[in-house]
Order: sequence, then C-alpha cells, then structure tokens
Amino acid sequence: MKIEIIVNGVVYREETSPDQRLLDFLRDDLGLKGTKKGCDQGECGACSVLLNGKVVNSCLILMAQVPERSEIETIESSDSLILSLQESFIENGAAQCGACTPGMIMASSALLREKPDANLNEIREGLSGVICRCTGYQKIFDAIKDTQRGLVQK
Amino acid sequence: MVIGKPLPRKDARLKVKGEAQYIYDLSFPDEHFLAVVRSPHAHARIKKIKIDNEKAKQLGATIGTAKEIPGKNIVHVILDDWPLLAENVVRHVGEPVAIVVAKNPKNAKKAISAVHVEYEKLPELFDPTEAKDHSSIHIYGDNNIVSYWQQRKGDINKGFEEADIIVEGEYRTPAQEHAYIETQGCIAVPLGHDEITVYGSMQCPFYVQRAVADILGYPWSKVTIIQTTTGGAFGGKEDQPNQLASLVALGAYLTRKPVKYILSREEDIENTSKRHPAIIRMKTGASKDGVLTAVQVEHLMNSGAYATLTPAVLYRGCLHAVGPYRCPNVDVQSYAIATNLVPFGAFRGFGSPQVLFACEEQMDRIAAELNIDPIEFRERNLIKQGDTASFGQIIDNSVGMLETLKQAKKKSDWENKWKPAPDFNYVMEESKRGNYKWSGIGISTIFYGVGLGSAGKQLSRTGSYVQLEPDGSVRFAVGTTEIGQGMITVLSQIVASELGINYSKVNMMPVDTSRVPDSGPTVASRATTFSGRSLQNACQQIRSLMFEIIAPHLESDSCNLQIEGNYIISTSSEKKILVEDAIEIMYQERGQVAKAGWDVAPPTDYDNEKGQGNPYAIYAWCSNIAEVEVDTQTGTVLIKNIWAAHDVGRAINPQTLKGQIEGGTLQGVGYGRYEEIIFTPEGGILSNNLGTYLVPTTKDTPNIQSIIVEDPWKSGPYGAKGIGEQPLMGIAPAITNAIYNAIGVRISEIPATPERVWQAIQDKLQEEPE
Ligand code: FES
Ligand code: FES
Repeated sequence: MKIEIIVNGVVYREETSPDQRLLDFLRDDLGLKGTKKGCDQGECGACSVLLNGKVVNSCLILMAQVPERSEIETIESSDSLILSLQESFIENGAAQCGACTPGMIMASSALLREKPDANLNEIREGLSGVICRCTGYQKIFDAIKDTQRGLVQK
Repeated sequence: MVIGKPLPRKDARLKVKGEAQYIYDLSFPDEHFLAVVRSPHAHARIKKIKIDNEKAKQLGATIGTAKEIPGKNIVHVILDDWPLLAENVVRHVGEPVAIVVAKNPKNAKKAISAVHVEYEKLPELFDPTEAKDHSSIHIYGDNNIVSYWQQRKGDINKGFEEADIIVEGEYRTPAQEHAYIETQGCIAVPLGHDEITVYGSMQCPFYVQRAVADILGYPWSKVTIIQTTTGGAFGGKEDQPNQLASLVALGAYLTRKPVKYILSREEDIENTSKRHPAIIRMKTGASKDGVLTAVQVEHLMNSGAYATLTPAVLYRGCLHAVGPYRCPNVDVQSYAIATNLVPFGAFRGFGSPQVLFACEEQMDRIAAELNIDPIEFRERNLIKQGDTASFGQIIDNSVGMLETLKQAKKKSDWENKWKPAPDFNYVMEESKRGNYKWSGIGISTIFYGVGLGSAGKQLSRTGSYVQLEPDGSVRFAVGTTEIGQGMITVLSQIVASELGINYSKVNMMPVDTSRVPDSGPTVASRATTFSGRSLQNACQQIRSLMFEIIAPHLESDSCNLQIEGNYIISTSSEKKILVEDAIEIMYQERGQVAKAGWDVAPPTDYDNEKGQGNPYAIYAWCSNIAEVEVDTQTGTVLIKNIWAAHDVGRAINPQTLKGQIEGGTLQGVGYGRYEEIIFTPEGGILSNNLGTYLVPTTKDTPNIQSIIVEDPWKSGPYGAKGIGEQPLMGIAPAITNAIYNAIGVRISEIPATPERVWQAIQDKLQEEPE
C-alpha cells in the first residue's frame, strides 16, 4: 500500500505494507534510527513516538492503523519543546545508557504538551509506560521540572 | 579544578538525540542472520542430530553443530566446563545445540526446523539442597559442587557460649534478571580466512577476544573486538557475550559473511545469566550489651548448569557474609551447586546482596530482641579505622562507614521517626478496626570490597593510551567500557586534570581490543579507579616528555615545571606557557606525543584453607535507610523514601555518581520488593518478558536521597574508590527491616511482594493465636 504521512514536519509518500510496524517503517524505510526498542511488545516504551500528538508504542502500531496524512514526531524532531527537553536531559544527567532516552523524551513531551504544569505525581503517571533501568528516574524528574521552569535555554 | 565538578556527560548529546549507535542500529553489506537451535529439555542426552539438507538448502541456510567448530568447543570463563554447542548432553532448557545462518531473520528462524535433534531425557535437579552431593545425578563433577569458599576466625563454639542471645534464621533470595533495555547482540565480520572482528554490546571485550580465538582456533592478534554503545549491562553483559560472540563468529567462519544476532526480549530473559538464587542459614550470637560474639553462616548458591562466573561470585558472597562488622568468632561455609537451570552469573553486587540480606536481617533481629535502636546496635559493632575485619584484614584507611551512618541518620530524621516495632497483636486488632496502613523505618549498613580482589587478581591490570593532537586536544583509550555508568566522563575529567587540558578537548576512543593490552573486565566497580590509575600513569609520562621540551622555552629546568590550570608553570623562572601552545611546540620539535599507561592493582591475597587473608585492596561503605507504608489487608508495601549514604573516597563527578546511586538503589528496590524470575516445573522460564517480569516504573520509585561521603583512598585516583555496585546491595534488607518496624513481622524471603507479606502475616497469626 501507499501512504502519505508527515514525519517531523516532512511529507513522505512511501510504499509500505499494512502489516509493517510503524517502528520498522520509521527505522528501516525512513532511516530514522533514533527511535529505539527494548521488547517489541509494548512493554518498555523505548519505541515511543507521537502519532497525531498522542504518545504510542511504535512497535505495536501497524501501518494499516496509521491514518493517511498522520503527523508523526520522533526524537529527530526539531520541535522546541523536544529540543529543550533534550538540553535539560543533558544538563541534569538524565541519560545513562541511553537506551530508554528517546522514548522517555517523547513521552515527556506529550505529557508537558498536555499538562505544562504537571506535578510530580502526574509526571510519575505520565511516564509510567517507559521503563528506565539505569537512572532510578530521579534525574529524569529533575530534567522535566527544569524544562517546566524554562530554566534551560535551548 | 575539573575534579569534583558535575560536568555534563560526554555521551549525553548523542544519546538524547537518538544518534548513539547500538548494536541493532548497525548493519554491514551482505549481512546474514543467526538463529539458535536450543534444547527444550533441562537435562537430556543427545542421541542424534539429523539435518534436513533439502529444507536448509531451500531456505539458503547454513547449519553449524559442535562438529563444525574449528577450535575448542569451550566458552572460556573460569572453569572451562561450558560448551558453545552441546555435544552429548544438554544441561538446561535453552542450551544451544546448533546455529543456523540465513540471509534474513525469517529464514534463519524457519531453518531451525531443519535441525532434528533426538533426545533421551535424563533426571533433572533444580534445587541446590537436593543437588549437593547427589548420589546419581551429576551435572558438575561427581558431587555437583562447583565452588567452595570459607571464612574462619577464632573459635565459633566458644563465641556462641559467650553469647547472651543467639538468633537463627533461614533466608531465601530469588533469581533476578538484569533487564537492561537494550537486549544482547553481536555482529561478526570475517576478514579473509583467518581474521575476524566482532562488534557487540558488552562489558568485557578481552573476555570475548579470548573466547572467539579459542572457538575459531585463531591467533588472538587476529581477533578484534569492538564494543558498541551498550544499552545497560549491570553484570549481564559480562560473560554472556563470550557465548553470543562465539556463536556469530562460528556463523561468520562457516559462511564467510558478516553474521548478526540480536536477541529478542524473550530469548534474552530465557537464555542469559541472572543473579544466583541463594539459601542462607545464619546463626548470630551477641552479648546482652549488643556486641557480636559469633557469626555462623551456611550459604548455598544455585549455580545453574555451568560454572561460568560462579566461583568468583561465590568468593565475593562468602567474604561479605559477616557484613561490615567486627566479630571475633566466625565460620562461613559457602557452596555453589550445579542444577539444571540456566547458568547464573554476574549481577551488580556479585553474590553479596544475597548474604547481606541475611546478615542485615539478623542484625535487626538481635537489636530488636535486645531492645536497642538498630542504629546504635550497629554502631557498637561497625568496623572503624584500624579494626580487623572478619576475614583477618586490618582495615587501615578510607573507612567512612560511621560517617555514612551519621549522615543517613541525620538526613532521614531517624531520631524522631524511629520507635520500636509495634506489638503484632496490636497491629492486627487495629487492622480489624480498619487501620490497615502502617508506617515503618529500617536500616542496613554494608560494605563492598572494591575491584576484583584476590580471586581475580591475575586479571587486575589495566592499560591505557594517551595521545596529544596538534590542535591541543587529546585522545585516549582504555580497555574498560562505558556501559551507561559514566566512565567516559569521569576518565575524561581525570585526563583533563592530569594534563591541564580543557574537559571539552579530551575525548575517548571507542573501546577496541587492538588499542590497549588486555585490561581485565569492566566489573567490580573498577573502571574509574583502575583505568583512572592507568591513565594517570600515561599522563605522568606525557608530562615528562612535555616538560623536557618546554623547559628551555621557559628558561627553566624541567624538574621545576608543573601544571597549574591550563598552564605549564616554572617555579624557578616564574614563566608560564599554555599547555595548548606547549603541545604545538612539541609537534614543531618532533617530540614524542603519545604514551601507553599501565597499572597493576595493589596486592591482595586469600588463603581458603585458613579462611583468612586480605581479599580486597580497599573497601567502600554505605548506610541505607528506607521508609515504608505497609497495608496489612493486602500485604502491599509502598516504599516512600530511601536515604542512601555512600563513602566513595572521592566524587570525581557528583552528578554521574548520584546517577549511579539512584539507579542502583532502584534496582535494589526491585530486588527487595518486586523482581523474581519464575521457573516452570520443567526448568524453563515463565516470566520471560517485561510484562510478567516486573521492574520498577516511575510510579514505583521512592524519593531517593543520595548522600556522598568522601574518605579518600590513598591509592585511588584523586582518592576515588568506585561506586557501581554498592547502591543496590543493601536496599532489600533496609526495606524488610522497615516492614518489621511497621507491623512487627519479619520477611525472610525476598522480594517482599504483597502475596509474600500477606502470607507472612497469616503465618504469624497461626504462630501467635490471640
Ligand atoms: S519496543 Fe515498543 S514498547 Fe518496547
Ligand atoms: S538510561 Fe539506561 S535505560 Fe534509561
């Protein structure tokens, strides 16, 4: 099947098959390897991307489920919120091995777009779909709070 | 001064941008894919392996069995009992029997069915108590004892005679899965007929180099291992990559193509090493004023089907069994027993979390029975500078133990929060009235022998390489690896400080076994400390070269030169020059601009006959305090706060250091409260994905307060002594002690899941009818 979708603001017209996973479409067909994976089953959140503004596990979405002209955002995006989250993750030491980091940043961006002033409980709730095995999450919370305060300039 | 600053991580930008390349991001032209034919049985004889050549041909698959291995069919770790591909007998579910290589992953998987293995089932053993000295079922040697270590001091019987109180307990700990987010994987690229390069996610490239060379029968100098960005390891990528790299190397040897193998999450959980489950029986005696008189430990670790790292893990377990306490009479007997489960291996803490759980439970129980504040009880027994440890070593420097305790106590407000545990019957009566939620606070104090210690002494050397570039920047190489812990960052700070070059201009080269000689493994919290020492050695040589050339330019003698900030300064002529400019002069004058560094760890020794020695060069110390809320109706334990105070010698980068403390602490929360591998009755693994094997999420993490104590080690780089493992080690007992403090019930098996806590309450109700 043919699909037209907008990824990070760029329009793509690509050949795909209905049973291809969005994760593989992004990584293999578009070469956007910034989206990571850790389980291929919707359990770790490393593959999180934004599909029409909502955070999804791209390993669970088949191309047949992606509406025509959908807008997708990935870690390669130059959206200003994503950029400032990235700076804040650097500043706060919120990435260790980095395997969860792109997914964590995408989930954080969805959360902050919806609730710019999310409190710690809402942050915990909002990020609970992404597992980080390295950081104990404390520095990730700090990075998000810093972004909220707009302390870190991009 | 660049040391002690929370500088941003060197690898952070690549990682937040999604630009870091993990093994599954890499591909090579004409790469092929590997699949593994694995044993469905826990213990069976292989009667016949029949290959369906027609089917293999249709799928374009190449098949390799033990017969096709050109070198030795042994994956070397410690005891050489681990075959790459099973030949006669399979000893655990999932053991590799053959490899299949094809052009795409789908065909490789399909071609598995072209290999027909005929098995004859053998009786199996899963319980180490049963397997020890088993008369007929032999998994390892003739008694299934893979390893034995002991500690002995004083006269244990006399110690118990002198005791006013004796506490006995039996403790059980589970298999824990590393659950690094990047699953394991390797790619082997053959070069001609006798040379190979393997890329992979790993901790110990030199282990892998030897394993691959042995399997293929190649000279080591023709085997190169390159570590790719590694998405978490925690011990899980210590020995396992030896096997995985050898599998792809065999595939590449047979096909002459690059061969890739990336494990799925299920494959990874089912077939790779985990933390050893253990059973610990412990008997502790103390005088009525709370001074230890005797500690006796019987310690059984389940090794799984092959020895892999078990002897080293058991060594550490044995030596940490008495905890950071003085005790005149000690008897620790540690055994590792082979069973028909997947081989268990390294995991942060390396055999110590199991025994420390038991030890810290015992300490808490004695304190409670003697009616002493558990902190005060510990204070009376903790090792101070100049004391002798249970294994006979005089601990003479860098002993920040009591300081960590003091700080944790203060920051947690223990003084106001701690009161003796409530009477259990009272808790139950109140619960009946609807008061289900009970708060409690608990403590653990632990220690950690830094580095490989005497059991791994022959590996305890580190190489390094430092090269000045014409633009005044510097590149360096080491043989230890970045696995997320922050090693690149901390080592860059050390080099920057040693040479007076800006942190931003110091860069580490990817880890590749052809850059520096075998530097041992990246384990035991040794990377910062021992690669740091090696880099100091290289930098010192470079400084001499630099000073020699620069001295005339500063009208000085080279012995009067020193580095201050970014300058070389002469103390005699008081002239100075920017290091950057000095490097330019070195290049102009064709001076030598690169040096190799070398370091040999300080001496250690251990006599297992006597059970005494100096097992580690230096020790790190830690106090953990946990605050919990227990629901007596459901058994649910909510962990609210943890204070983790660590004596690390010196914090070279407080930010990465705290990152290690927080991350390790949460893995400890997982170990104590959530995580447990569930085996099937047939010896397979039931909890084989992240939906059934639960690791803590953002919702489960307590507030973690990390507290840094710096009692410098005289031989450490800038006083540092490592931080990787300690944060996990004492968390489980701090939690279970807090549960006791909340509801008066002891938990002797972890994790403290709601089911287990609820069951412990029911058991206690049985035992104490109202
Ligand atoms: S890879 Fe998609 S959720 Fe884990
Ligand atoms: S940084 Fe390693 S999993 Fe999050």
